[in-house]
Amino acid sequence: MTNFIDELKFKKLLKDGMKIHVGGFLTNGSPENLIDLVVESGIKDLTIICNDGGYEGNGVGKMIDNNQVSKLIASHIGTNPNVGRLMNEDKLVVELVPQGTLVERIRAFGAGLGGILTPTGLNTIVAEGKQIIKVKDKEYLLEEALGADLALIGGAIADNFGNLKYLQTMRNFNSMMATAAEVVVVEPIKIIEEIDPENVITPHPFVDYVLVGEPNE
Amino acid sequence: MNDKQVIASRIALELKDGDLVNLGIGIPTLVANYVPENKKVIFQSENGIIGLGPDKGEDNYIVNAGGLKASIIQGGAFIDSATSFTFIRGGHIDVTVLGALEVDQEGSIASWIIPGKLVPGMGGAMDLVTGAKKVIIAMRHTNKGRVKILKKCRLPLTAFNQANLFVTEMAVMEVKEDGLHLLEVNPKYTVKEVIEATEAELIISEVMPMKGVEDEN
Repeated sequence: MTNFIDELKFKKLLKDGMKIHVGGFLTNGSPENLIDLVVESGIKDLTIICNDGGYEGNGVGKMIDNNQVSKLIASHIGTNPNVGRLMNEDKLVVELVPQGTLVERIRAFGAGLGGILTPTGLNTIVAEGKQIIKVKDKEYLLEEALGADLALIGGAIADNFGNLKYLQTMRNFNSMMATAAEVVVVEPIKIIEEIDPENVITPHPFVDYVLVGEPNE
Repeated sequence: MNDKQVIASRIALELKDGDLVNLGIGIPTLVANYVPENKKVIFQSENGIIGLGPDKGEDNYIVNAGGLKASIIQGGAFIDSATSFTFIRGGHIDVTVLGALEVDQEGSIASWIIPGKLVPGMGGAMDLVTGAKKVIIAMRHTNKGRVKILKKCRLPLTAFNQANLFVTEMAVMEVKEDGLHLLEVNPKYTVKEVIEATEAELIISEVMPMKGVEDEN
């Protein structure tokens, strides 16, 4: 069952060393209030999984700026100069993953699969140290499923049951990340009575908590 | 026309009525400006749009893959990132146009990392060049006089042997089984000048004037 919680209860879920999925694409659909609360909590040594490194002062960039992140798993870090700087200073480990592989690894975890076989990354440094598996004479890379302790979801309208639908391009990584973490918390743009069952994208059993507070317009 | 416009307008001629096309950031984005109105080309954006349109100044949550404001055309769809890469990796994109740091005569592409200097990450590029039916590289012929079209890429690869067509401000080249063919040369340049600005072995039989720029010169 989905529980509706306030900021205080959300902060109690946070621990040092957590592995956290953060939805959004270049901060479109990013759960900015939940990220602010993580920054306020001061938890450290986080592994953050996000499509990108956000921007300086925006998206996951806020946790990176605050030196809370020890590892970032992302497909692109070019929009946030702090990521490259901290990486060069050996203060942040960055694992770059092709975008399609990243989302599919997350989807696989949520679906109870051990990993995926993809042609993306063959003959590149992405393939280094990974198993190559032949299926019907075609080679694929074995990429492992990628789950997390916590998923922070944004870009959604929630209903009173905890069902979610997403606005425009803000679905991106959010709907997959909502399936692939021990605890899933949503920061809704607004909460309505009921989403038409035909339009529910993330059904409420995936959603543990909905943050109630100031709307994030 | 400046160099970027020459490249973009020439590539637009490669797009066919009904094609589903993904454009990368930079020069590739300009290609959309040169598609004639009587040609129906649908643009896909990997963050989750089928039917990407330009920013119309509307107040919305729609961004393109560069995180910039955009719109959706009539009949379009918003999708999650996993579905987006089902399109991309699954062979449902007809053409992708991407930039590159280096390419080579085997059709390999390097576009995502200059070790020790610049590490933006691959974003969706590795999946796009692996999965799209046709891969067109849009780039300047040289980088401040340094060759970019090589016998073999020196930078870490985005993909091996996946590019089909290279379009620069000087020329159009096609990767075929037997090597790199010089198809067209911008009338502003001579074949000799193109050869001198290219490290790759160019196979030359019949060279045509570069389409789309003839009138300008």
